[in-house]
Amino acid sequence: MYEEIRRNRRASWLLAGIVVALLAALGYAIGAATLGGHSGGIGLLGVFGVAAIAWSVIGYYAGDRMVLAVSGATLVTHDDEPRLFNVVEEMTIAAGLPRVPEVYVLDEAAPNALATGRDPQHAAIAVTRGLMDRLNREELQGVIAHEMSHIRNYDIRFETLVGILVGMIALIADFFLRWSFWGGMGRRRGGGTGGDQAGAVFAVVAIVLAIVAPLAAYAVQFAVSRRREYLADASAVELTRNPLGLARALHKIAADPSKLRHANRATAHLYIENPLKKTKAVTGVFDTHPPVQERIAVLLAMAHAGPEALAAEGPASAPPV
Amino acid sequence: MIAVIVIIVILVVLVAILAGMYNSLVGRRNQVDNSWSQIEVQLKRRHDLIPNLVEAVKDYMSYEQDTLTSVTQARAAAIDAGNRGPEAQAQAENALTDTLKSLFAVVESYPDLKANQNVMSLQEELTSTENKIAFARQFYNDSVLTYNNKIQMFPSNLIAGMFNFTTRQFFEAPESDRAVPTVDLR
Repeated sequence: MYEEIRRNRRASWLLAGIVVALLAALGYAIGAATLGGHSGGIGLLGVFGVAAIAWSVIGYYAGDRMVLAVSGATLVTHDDEPRLFNVVEEMTIAAGLPRVPEVYVLDEAAPNALATGRDPQHAAIAVTRGLMDRLNREELQGVIAHEMSHIRNYDIRFETLVGILVGMIALIADFFLRWSFWGGMGRRRGGGTGGDQAGAVFAVVAIVLAIVAPLAAYAVQFAVSRRREYLADASAVELTRNPLGLARALHKIAADPSKLRHANRATAHLYIENPLKKTKAVTGVFDTHPPVQERIAVLLAMAHAGPEALAAEGPASAPPV
Repeated sequence: MIAVIVIIVILVVLVAILAGMYNSLVGRRNQVDNSWSQIEVQLKRRHDLIPNLVEAVKDYMSYEQDTLTSVTQARAAAIDAGNRGPEAQAQAENALTDTLKSLFAVVESYPDLKANQNVMSLQEELTSTENKIAFARQFYNDSVLTYNNKIQMFPSNLIAGMFNFTTRQFFEAPESDRAVPTVDLR
């Protein structure tokens, strides 16, 4: 298990490096194309670098608030939602984390859940009203254990930071493409410095990068996200010692046809199961989650159970005293 | 001159490694202590909740005085065992868990009780406390396992011996969780 977490962490750093490199290449190419030559490239690279750091710092300290605000989450206490709050406390103890995460409820009918924050001391778990209504205690425990694992494995921090950088790449590329489409570069070259071939080459490189970089960045981000979903499923079982609870929960979540009203592409990867409901059997490069059927199959294998176990109510749905 | 430098470097590295092992042992021991106190917090909470539950259900359950008495007695025994080491404490607490199980089974057969808001919320709290005890025990046992391994395995066992780190006891699971058949060979 710990070996798996370490490997996961290494892969994450590698992928974070790729995203930063993409951002740098994009900055340099656009700078060289628009401001002229090497110095322009370095100049804009520097500007983007400073912006990326500033943005990351803001995201590091406020990203969780933003995510929760965008998702329409309400903070709840033990008295509001005793069962949910108790299950979160139980999983905090099982994970040996120093502090109980803040608990939020999303007023949505679709069952889903997410975790966010920057470390176990500053973390939050949010679940939808639909999840609480539809899952029994055992299944809820599985879902919360999954989210708790994202917190324990520092996935929440990684998702926040990489999410910010990927968003920035997409924004810059989009902005540049629109600008050059409306003739930004032509005007500048017409202004007198035109005619240099290097500038034209940089312009082509910049446009190609502006098209490719966001796609590559998304592919990288989602690759990490998919890996981490499997890992969080496995760690959740390590906490609850009950693979069937999570398997049944995923089964119920996947079977529900409703979509989340407040989820979008920027927050989709945070949820336990893709809230935008693209049902496909094969994993694409742009999927945030592995196919849910595959995750359920892995969990069933852990329990040495067949698909029929999904329908059965477990004995632990009675008071697990 | 070079030989002196080499020796000094080796010594520094050696001290750093030993210090690292020592610190890691201390860290593990603190984790064991901390996770033990987690168990105690939850056991204490269960002891505090039980009188409330007994109070809430006793009027409904005039025919089940035996069950209630055994819960109350098991609670007293568990509190009593609190300072007689993990093994005795685990035994008494597991006995309490069993009596609570039968109490909840009885509650199930009283529709009035099951619908009572107060009883329901007490039941949720006790159920959760039972779970917390189980998960705290799980985490404690994992911590003890890692700590004991470090104490017994080479090379950290040398440091452990030097600074008097001693292995800890596991908090045993309830009898019902590990039903090992007894075989009489006579």
